[in-house]
Amino acid sequence: MFYRTSGQFKTSYTADMALFPVRQDAILLAVILAFAWVILPLTASEFAFQTLLIPILIYSLAAMGLNILTGYAGQLSLGTAAFMGVGAYACYKLVTIMPWMNPVVAILMSGVFSAGVGVAFGIPSLRIKGFYLAIATLAAQFFLVWLFEKWAWLYNYNASGAIQVPTLEMFGVTVAGPTASSHVQYYVVLGIVTLMTILCINLTRGTLGRTWKATRDMDIAAELIGINLMKSKLTAFAISSYIVGVAGALFVFMWRGAAEPNLFDIPLSFRILFIAIIGGLGSVLGNYLGAILIVGLPVILNTLPETFGLPISSATVEHLNIMIVGALIVFFLIIEPHGLARLWALIREKLVIWPFPH
Amino acid sequence: MMDASAGYVTEDGRQIGGVLMEMKNITLRFGGVVAIKDISFDIREGEIRAIIGPNGAGKSSMLNIISGFYTPSEGGVWYKGAPRPPMRPYEVARMGVARTFQNIALFEGMTVLDNVMTGRLTHMHSGIASQALWWGKARAEEVANREKVEEIIDFLEIQAIRKTPVGRLPYGLKKRVELARALAAEPSILLLDEPMAGMNVEEKEDMSRFILDVNDEFGTTIALIEHDMGVVMDLSDRVVVMDYGKKIGDGTPDEVRNNQDVIDAYLGVQH
Repeated sequence: MFYRTSGQFKTSYTADMALFPVRQDAILLAVILAFAWVILPLTASEFAFQTLLIPILIYSLAAMGLNILTGYAGQLSLGTAAFMGVGAYACYKLVTIMPWMNPVVAILMSGVFSAGVGVAFGIPSLRIKGFYLAIATLAAQFFLVWLFEKWAWLYNYNASGAIQVPTLEMFGVTVAGPTASSHVQYYVVLGIVTLMTILCINLTRGTLGRTWKATRDMDIAAELIGINLMKSKLTAFAISSYIVGVAGALFVFMWRGAAEPNLFDIPLSFRILFIAIIGGLGSVLGNYLGAILIVGLPVILNTLPETFGLPISSATVEHLNIMIVGALIVFFLIIEPHGLARLWALIREKLVIWPFPH
Repeated sequence: MMDASAGYVTEDGRQIGGVLMEMKNITLRFGGVVAIKDISFDIREGEIRAIIGPNGAGKSSMLNIISGFYTPSEGGVWYKGAPRPPMRPYEVARMGVARTFQNIALFEGMTVLDNVMTGRLTHMHSGIASQALWWGKARAEEVANREKVEEIIDFLEIQAIRKTPVGRLPYGLKKRVELARALAAEPSILLLDEPMAGMNVEEKEDMSRFILDVNDEFGTTIALIEHDMGVVMDLSDRVVVMDYGKKIGDGTPDEVRNNQDVIDAYLGVQH
């Protein structure tokens, strides 16, 4: 009823290629942005910042990075957590070697290191694909976590073997470290994630996005119409790993505050892969939907029984969470391989013509 | 043999130019199997050139050599009067060779519009930064190429499906979208691998009309493989006939039709 496209005519190709050809979508996005930038920070509690808002944004960003590689370019990767680790450790080294550096600049630069590592581990993709490539990226996962543990220079030779985020200031405001306020950290994360999202949307709808999708859908045909597969795959690895690396730096510096090597172990890789699959491969929006579900579900499971007065132990909640997430993944793989984002697209398609079926 | 530079005039009065591409003594071996044995022929500018032959004659292999997918074991491809060095298929595509496939090879996850836009990738050169910001060169390029693509969409009468994901389309339309994608590259030579395979009479008529129109309006040189003899004889200016990897005939449709070797290959010989 409110979602109609009638009366909205496009008179130029620029208008037809606009990000939100339907006016209502733009309004909806404006509302969401207003919520994210103004209303939530004013109303959210410390608990909400730490368990929901900040992790959802960081996980969305990591999943977006993975989605570029797996959803758009079709290269399966199981090494996401390790590339996040590269970002985090690179950021740690940057701010300890150059303490005067602006922390946001350090975070954005740390992605460059993981992009480099990503390209190196992406080279096997030129020869192998599918499951075999997944195994090759798994090698990156194990090797890099091993490296985080054994290469003492990475954690400045401290006794614990973990990295501890130092107190960092930007324009006189503490943005990282034990004394940083959640509000400031939330805004830093939100700013970076918003920027990355805009860049991702533009990349995926333009020439590079079509190159990646062509590589994913039919690589032989892609090569025969003039796509350099090597370049296409390696740019996907570079850009994906860059985003994942930035997400990793945010993960440690804006949220966890400290990190041990095993934080970047394979369960985190799987978690991000699940977010991308449940949210929708080949979609930018899906990463947010998936992250909201995966991060939000345990919180809901924790708080719901309490509000209803049901005595459920936290161990049971943990098990329930694993069971529900597992069931959801199987459900989505069978019913809707394109995830929550496709469901939303279908709802939109139906809404436009509602109440008629065609 | 005709003079390489001169060209000729067809019965319906079209001027055919000089030699655009020439296969010189091409042999292709896969291990011990000889798929193509010492074949030479040329493709002239503005011509519709057919390659025919029974199954397994090596037609598709020949097309794959032209598009750079296979490298010939012996001999070579000459393009615009110069030998073409060994190239990756994407480099051949950038030189102006576009093709369609026997089994449709569209990008199923993308819309018709995106598929055809992908065909124009060889004409798009904006940098990553410009694309990421959707500003400057990338944006101007996007609009300019969209206009070109819309011309082709109009030409092939697929306006109504431009935003439909290709996976949802019926077979005949997919073939047409594939032609659109190849045309979008504005190729100097267009290779069609069985453009009418699996089509009904009406769809074949449509496709034949499009092929003739493409040749007529854009002046595109076309090399095609086809099994439907009626279509081949009506469409093409000159025909190469292959059998068991060898060339057994080359000439106008009439010459080929009356060639004893060709008749033997198609109808069989008494032993």
